[in-house]
This record gives sequence, structure tokens and C-alpha cells, in this order.
Amino acid sequence: MTLLIGSVTIGLILALLALGIFISFRIFDFPDITAEGSFTFGASITASMIIAGFNPVIATLAAFAGGLLAGTSTGIIHTKFKVNPLLSGILVMTALYSVNLHVMGKSNVPLLSEKTLFTWFENFSIQVSGKDAVFNIIGWNVPAKDIWTLLFCLLIIVVFSLILLWFFRTNLGTAMRATGDNDQMIRALGVNTKGMIIFGVALSNGFIALSGSMLAQFQGFADVQMGIGMMVWGLASVIIGEALISENSLGQVIAGAVIGAVLFRLLVAIALRWGMNPNDLKLITAAFVFIALVLPGFMKRTKKIKLNRQ
Amino acid sequence: MLEIKNLCKTFNAGTINEVMSLQEVNLTIEEGSFVCVLGTNGSGKSTLLNAVAGTFLTDAGTISLNGREITKWPEHKRACYIGRVFQNPFSGTAPAMSIAENLSLAAKRGKKRGLGWGLPVSVRGELQTRIKALNMGLEDRLDSPIGKLSGGQRQALTLLMSSWIRPELLLLDEHTAALDPKTAAKVIELTEKIVTEGKLTTLMVTHSMQQAVNLGDRIIMMHQGRIKYDFRGNDKKRLKVPDLLALFDDLRRKDQIDGTVAELLLENYV
Repeated sequence: MTLLIGSVTIGLILALLALGIFISFRIFDFPDITAEGSFTFGASITASMIIAGFNPVIATLAAFAGGLLAGTSTGIIHTKFKVNPLLSGILVMTALYSVNLHVMGKSNVPLLSEKTLFTWFENFSIQVSGKDAVFNIIGWNVPAKDIWTLLFCLLIIVVFSLILLWFFRTNLGTAMRATGDNDQMIRALGVNTKGMIIFGVALSNGFIALSGSMLAQFQGFADVQMGIGMMVWGLASVIIGEALISENSLGQVIAGAVIGAVLFRLLVAIALRWGMNPNDLKLITAAFVFIALVLPGFMKRTKKIKLNRQ
Repeated sequence: MLEIKNLCKTFNAGTINEVMSLQEVNLTIEEGSFVCVLGTNGSGKSTLLNAVAGTFLTDAGTISLNGREITKWPEHKRACYIGRVFQNPFSGTAPAMSIAENLSLAAKRGKKRGLGWGLPVSVRGELQTRIKALNMGLEDRLDSPIGKLSGGQRQALTLLMSSWIRPELLLLDEHTAALDPKTAAKVIELTEKIVTEGKLTTLMVTHSMQQAVNLGDRIIMMHQGRIKYDFRGNDKKRLKVPDLLALFDDLRRKDQIDGTVAELLLENYV
């Protein structure tokens, strides 16, 4: 049960990553691999700042700002210098690897003895439920601090989802969605589409860096390798979310991405528990995304062939 | 008033595919005038329109709209004053977004887009009345995605969107070319209504001579990147489709003669 609660918590943290990938991949159709660099960038900024004695909230918000900056760079390289989107992302991702090493000063920064957001959640739990308190959930005894941590993460992700939902309903957000949907049309309506793409990719990476920052605080360390494979991971979450929802209303799509992230993390936890070799994790994730991307088109074709035969 | 002076545009300059699409084009369109542009394929009529819209920057010459020189302005900045309808019915609307959302985007053409609510309840009434005027039964489908509508319906909505805020210039780029005749007639009817009601300065590229004869108060014929004929006033009113056809034939024959003469000269003197 503790494992389950932990997985859901990490799933919620990675839901921020899924929302970021959703913005770049689904709103703009921009395969933004900057994600792998900005995820670690967020983690390394927060880790270094917490060690330097900054307030964890400020350190977390700084990670968001760092992500915005990384995304802005990718957006500018793509729009102003007309570099292919994938390549712009690769350039920034590669550059960020060195930046991250500089920010942290070494390849791994432990945070276990430091005051992070999660130390606050635990302190809150001790104050409210008492030290070493347990909750009884359908027969299992679960430490109260794990439940409180989960609830706080849930609160954070709900708040950020609502902010995103609100933003995409504003004039600016509607124009941003239109940029991804039909850029020619929205340019004819007076919107600077280049600016929109830069802003959108920045926002996407802000969310991703935030996710990295929170994961580092939760697991108690930041590592220069922690971003590897994160883009595909986020994409897998988004795809699962899309399979779950039937309608394409904005609220449902955002909720789908969040639920998809949690579900995907649970699936991985179960698979690992059943004895899957952790080394195979990224291979299987990639295979999963490949199938999810190819299957709809394949099914349509077989359907057509069947219809033709009839 | 739109003033175009000595406008030149060459595509693929310096290669074998060099095309001189616009060659020193001069054109002045008065306030409230409705101009139809005719021309053979590759005559530069769409290039002229796109040059005004800012799809690309021109090589030489100037474009000014109501005293503002817009030659170097990016496309989105020109869009503050220019409304556009494209040839492809799918180009003018965002397919995944609802009718209401598309219209609300158009209602902000050229204005600052901030963090205000994109689709306030208060505008829905206005949206509904203006869509009802299209007579297409779309007023009850405000929340369905535009991608589900037909090409004609989408083109009618694009027309409505381009003129939602009164544009100083309306650009129509063969906007009925991809529609079936019946739908095209309906869209043309709507075009006439919107242009007349708003007294809009309009530049319409068309391949239909019938449309050019029926609509507007001026016809321009382009050929090989130049304006060859310009009819206005009573000349325009007297013009009929057969006259235009004769002019086209004339241009084509001159081309052929040019070609033959060149060959003759080549044989005899080189």
C-alpha cells in the first residue's frame, strides 16, 4: 500500500510533466525534446538553491522560471533562426547538460537532510495527525505523512491544471490554441504566431522544470541523468489520457493527461513489482508509445480494407 | 485607399526557375472601391494579393494603405487593417475550435489579446444574431467544432470573420474556386452583401469572368506580372464575358507571336 501511495504521488508530480508535453505536443504539434534538459534543469536549480539556504517555495518557483528560460531559447532558435523544431530542442537539451552540471557543481546533489517542500508537508502531518500516526485504509496501515504528502501533491496539480484551463480560455490562450490549430488563419487575424510559439514552448518547459524540481525534492536528490527519456514518458501519459476520454473538451483533455500520468506511473510500478527488469523500462516505454502512435492509423487501414472487400 | 507603386517580386531569383511574378506594378484603389483582378495562370494576380497581405516581402516598390506605408510590415501587423479570405476553405478557420471560439478570435482582430475571458457569455447573443444573418442554420451549432462543417459553410464563416471588425481593405483570393457552383453562388451573394453594407474597399482575385462582370466597379487584367488592362466606370459596366474572352485570346496570341518572332530572329541572325 505504501508503494501504491508513493507511486500515485510520483504520478501526480509527473502529471506536471505530462501537462508540459501536452502543451508542446498537442497544442502546437511541436516535438519538443528540450523537456529532457529542462526537467533536470528544474531539479538542479531547486537542489542548488535549497542547499544554498533558500526557501523551498522560492527554489521551486525559480525552477519554473528556469524552465521558461529554456523553452524561450528553443522557441527563439526555432522561430527566429528557422531551425527545425526537433533540432532546436536537441541543441538546447545538449547545452543544458553542461549548464546543469555547472548549476549543481557535480553530477548528483543529495537533499535528504535539507528542508524541502516535502519536509514541510511532513511537519504539517506531524502537527495535524501527530508523530508516527497511521491511517487505516481498507485494512492497510499507511503512515499519515504519506497521505498528507499525496494530498498536497494532488492540491498542487489541481491548482496548476485549473490555471492552465483558465489560461487556455482567455483571449491570449485561445489565440495560442488557434496558432497550433491553423497558424495561417490566426496570422490573418493579427496574431504574431512566432511570439505565440515562443511563449507556448516556454510555458511547456516551465511546467516540465517544475515537475523535475518537485521530483528531486520528493526522492531526495537531483541527478544530471534524471531527465533522460522524460519526453517519451510524458507522451505516454498524454496518450493514455487521450484513450481514457471520449470527448475533446479542453477540461477533459487536461484531466486526461493528469490521470494518464498517474495511471502510467502505477502501471510501471506494478510491472517492476512483478519482476520486470528496471533496465528494460525505457525500451518498453518507447515501444508502448510507438504502438500507441501507429495503432490508430493501422486500425483505420484494416477497417478500410475490410469495407472494400465487402 | 490602397496605393501600390512600382512593386516588383521575383521568385527563385538567379536560378533556372526564376519567375518575375510582379514587374513594376502600379495600382491605386480608392476608398470604397470593389476591384476584381483577372488573369491567366501565373499572371501574378495571387502574388499581388499576397504581397499586399504580407505573406512575403517584396523586392522593390512600396505599398501604402490610407497613408501608412506597410511595405516592410509583417503579415500579422498588416492584419490589423486588412481582412482576408483564402482560396482554400480550410485555411480561414481553426478546425478543432468551435464556431463561437473562431468568431471570438475574429472579434479581436488586430487588438491586444490579454488575459480576459476569451468567450464571455455577453457576446454569445451578438454572435448568434450575426450568424443567423448567414441563413445557414449555424446559429444553433455555436459550440460544435468548425472542422465538421462543409467547405461552403466554412468559407461563409471566414467571410463573416474577416469583416467582423470593419477592415480598411478586404482581400479575397479566389475564395469560391474550391466550392461547387451552387455554394459558390451563395458565397458570392454573401460577399456582395457584406461589401455593400460595410462600404468596404475590396480587392478580389477571381478566375470567373462572370463574377468579375457582375461584381464590383473595376476590373484589372494581369498578364506576365503586369497590369495589361484596367476598366472602370462606364467601361466596366459595358464589359461582358465575351469581351473579356476576346482580350484573353488577344494576350495569348501576342505571346505566341513573340515566341515565333524570337525563333525567326534566332534562325536568321545567330
